[in-house]
Amino acid sequence: MTITINHYLIVSFLLFSIGFLGVLVRRNFLTILMSIELMLNAVNLNLIAFSRRLSDLTGQVFSIFVITIAAGEAAIGLALTISFFRQKKTLDVEEAHTMQG
Amino acid sequence: MRNLLWAIPLFPLIGFLINGLVYLLSHRTKGETHGHGGGYGTDAHTAATAPDTAHDTGHDPGHHEIPFKGLHTVVGVGSVVIACVLAFGAIFDIGLKAFSEGASHSITLWRWIPLAVNQAVGQIPGSAGEWFVDVTLRIDSLSALMLAFVTFVGSLIHLYSVGYMGHEEGFGRFFAYLNLFMFAMLVLVLGGNFLLLFVGWEGVGLCSYLLIGYYYEKNYAADAGKKAFVVNRIGDFGFILGIFGVFGLFGSLDFQKVFAAAAANPAAYTPYMTVICLLLFVGACGKSAQFPLYVWLPDAMAGPTPVSALIHAATMVTAGVYMIARCNVFFRLAPNAMIVVAIVGAFTALFAATIGVAQNDIKKVLAYSTVSQLGYMFLACGVGAFAEGMFHVTTHAFFKACLFLGAGSVIHAMGGEQDIRRMGGLAGKIPRTYRTFLIATLTISGVPFLAAFFSKDAIKAAVFHAEFQAVPWLPKLLYAVALFTAGLTAFYMFRLLTLTFWGHFRGTKEQEHHVHESPATMTIPLIVLAFLSIVSGYVGVPIIEHGDRIGEFLRPIRLPIAGMPERVHHAPLSIELGLMAAAVAVASIGIYLAWSWYSKGEGRTPARLAAEWPGVYRAVAHKYFVDEAYEKVFVRGLALDGGRFLWEVDATVVDLIPNGAAAVTRGASWMAAAFDQYVVDGLVNGVAYALQSLFQLFRRAQTGRVQNYALVMGGGLFCLVAVYLLFR
Amino acid sequence: MSDGVLLTGGAGVLFAVLAAVALASAIAVVVARSPVHSALFLLLSFVLVAAIFILQQAEFVGAVQMLVYAGGIMVLFLFVVMLVNPGVTRSEKSFQHQWDVAVVLLPIFLLPFLYILGTEKLPDVPVKAEAFRMVGTRVVGNTEAVSWVLFRDYLVPFEVASVFLLVAMIGAVVLGKRSLEKMD
Repeated sequence: MTITINHYLIVSFLLFSIGFLGVLVRRNFLTILMSIELMLNAVNLNLIAFSRRLSDLTGQVFSIFVITIAAGEAAIGLALTISFFRQKKTLDVEEAHTMQG
Repeated sequence: MRNLLWAIPLFPLIGFLINGLVYLLSHRTKGETHGHGGGYGTDAHTAATAPDTAHDTGHDPGHHEIPFKGLHTVVGVGSVVIACVLAFGAIFDIGLKAFSEGASHSITLWRWIPLAVNQAVGQIPGSAGEWFVDVTLRIDSLSALMLAFVTFVGSLIHLYSVGYMGHEEGFGRFFAYLNLFMFAMLVLVLGGNFLLLFVGWEGVGLCSYLLIGYYYEKNYAADAGKKAFVVNRIGDFGFILGIFGVFGLFGSLDFQKVFAAAAANPAAYTPYMTVICLLLFVGACGKSAQFPLYVWLPDAMAGPTPVSALIHAATMVTAGVYMIARCNVFFRLAPNAMIVVAIVGAFTALFAATIGVAQNDIKKVLAYSTVSQLGYMFLACGVGAFAEGMFHVTTHAFFKACLFLGAGSVIHAMGGEQDIRRMGGLAGKIPRTYRTFLIATLTISGVPFLAAFFSKDAIKAAVFHAEFQAVPWLPKLLYAVALFTAGLTAFYMFRLLTLTFWGHFRGTKEQEHHVHESPATMTIPLIVLAFLSIVSGYVGVPIIEHGDRIGEFLRPIRLPIAGMPERVHHAPLSIELGLMAAAVAVASIGIYLAWSWYSKGEGRTPARLAAEWPGVYRAVAHKYFVDEAYEKVFVRGLALDGGRFLWEVDATVVDLIPNGAAAVTRGASWMAAAFDQYVVDGLVNGVAYALQSLFQLFRRAQTGRVQNYALVMGGGLFCLVAVYLLFR
Repeated sequence: MSDGVLLTGGAGVLFAVLAAVALASAIAVVVARSPVHSALFLLLSFVLVAAIFILQQAEFVGAVQMLVYAGGIMVLFLFVVMLVNPGVTRSEKSFQHQWDVAVVLLPIFLLPFLYILGTEKLPDVPVKAEAFRMVGTRVVGNTEAVSWVLFRDYLVPFEVASVFLLVAMIGAVVLGKRSLEKMD
């Protein structure tokens, strides 16, 4: 079985779409955060595939940066989760609608 | 000296750091005993003594010992004075004559943003196409002019603030912000490319916000700060889009390279220039308070008076004019954008002047006067008279700073009173303030042989002689508007002077007892500025051979554009003198009316007029309901019921139409009534209904649920990529 | 290996299997009712993607993925699941009201990307076998090769990333502390 960059891109595309869908449809704050992590992972997959395809290490370096950002994002997101939970006693984002017009 | 250019903004920055740190540290310990977590919150006494009227001098009976007051004074004033000395050193090192022959000096501190973009993309032959941005400071004749008056007026106002803010607990904080402002303003003026200009632009915006909200414990000040910030964001959005456009088109942001490229190869750039210029002008509108983004400036008077003088009259608000003068090559390539600039400028000048007539807060009158004068400057830029516009910027900086500082001195003397209806007869009690205020008022009114007479006259002459190919009749109309506005200016300024200084005292006994002349740190800047308001006009005397020195000084900025001959206009002497005579006549009428109505008649005539035309009076006194309209449409319109706004317009503003029509065409009143009943009401109700449905739609979009927004973002992504795929 | 072929033979089959399981567990993350299950499936997905990285000779990134994601972030997630009451996290409905709209619209929104995938041609450069293990002409390990690029060419972004992490840490502490203060 020969694998070209297109296979990688399709896998990465699907992974990203699943993550995006998760962000759009889930009610649970935590699951939304996890879906965002999935999307970031899809980006990493893309970077690695292109890095290999073009024989350039830059892609790998950038995927390390993406992991860094993801770590920071997870830390802040989880802190927000706890803040949110303490205020609303729930993790349902439907409860967060103070901005409703 | 010229190689010390980098040190000019550095000193105010150091001053900011020292003042800020010392203030923070000295208030940290205090805050803890106070029971607050942070260092702030010790200015509460100002809130306690504040009555309902806006009031900003901290006259509290119990004088606090302000920690490190001496240090704050020395560092705050010293750093700006050093910057001023360095600035003048650099200017005279290069030499005024060299400047007018096109000399400039630039230092590149470091490469800021190196971009390795495909060199071939988006590049037009003749553009720089270098795709990097440096931190470059440059001084040429335009920035030298700005530099000179910014640092000089800045030093004077810092000195003034020592006296004015002397009793304030937040003394150190005030000077920290003021120094930061000077730093940002100097970056704005000295920046050698669009991005550095933008950094300074945002920096002054931030400081403006901080200083408007200086009395942050009072709601109106905090709200005014927020308003200024938000309105400025709208302008900045346009500005940065314009910068993107310039970068995409030229591959560089460096002023010299970009303008040289545009001037050398106008045919390649002209098609894009109208868009870019309009975007840049949106930015200028926000910062320089032009219609419809002027609403923040009158509210900005919630800040301390020296701030109003420095930021909201003399320096920051003129940044938009500076930017347009800087980009004159672009604007000359975009005649349609120029027409927009001229119309907006003229309309703002007239609009703000009419509002100024009915204001009763001494600072509000001056604020609307500032908006009006800025309109003049934009009008000048719009007719291609960039040097004349900058000339008025310079003289305006002196006389408006003098007026504001004088107003501050009056407020100081009155113990915080700002309502001119409760003043009067102050001339004998605070003579130095009175004399300087009188001089500045005479100047702004356009009395012959004072500064603004020359600068305004130069603008009006330029407007009169302007030629718009698209609309040939427009310049004469604009001239009429400018002339009428000049009369209005003279009228409301003398109304202000009369009500404040002449007649008899109308305040309380307590206030009368309190009135006292301000200390020397406040009066010395006033005297210097008044002196400059008299003499600064002589750098641009018309008619005489080589009289227009400032025009010659700024000539190198106006790069000759290939294939576009410079129109040298030599109007006959008789026309020039006629224009001057008209200006003097209109100003005299304005002054006479103000004097006779408010000094002799004790305000009976205006009261009668207000009673006769209640609709007009209400509209003017309420600033044409613009704030209310913005509140309804933008602030609450989308969240609340936006459609209701038009029903209220129907009830208030549109009523003016029948009112006015009835007064003018009393003979045909039945026609007006019928028109009112069927056409106006029908139209307004119809539009209101349509908009109501539309606002309902918008309102439904604001669900407040993040995931809806994320879905819409996905839709936006789809559209962008689809557009890209279709048009690649 | 030329013509842009990245994997052949057994490695290719392995990739297909890993990718299929990773996608399946990603779907499981999104549809699982309990956040604990979601987190465990997410862990599985991370590990499989890390394995795909290693298949691509990106051993260092694969290891970082395992350590940071599987080791760090997942533990954090599980901690938070423990901290908040599990009875509450298992809400009545796991999908919010717009889910049907989103399921229909999202594929449409993402269609152009598939179109790009189908039509875009990459420059036809051959894949160099040892590119990820080379520093200049020397053959070293992947870790050393990455670190040369990271600490030489991307030193400033690297330092910025460390500042970013510091800011994130302070932010997380402040957020957590503030909500604690509110509790008192």
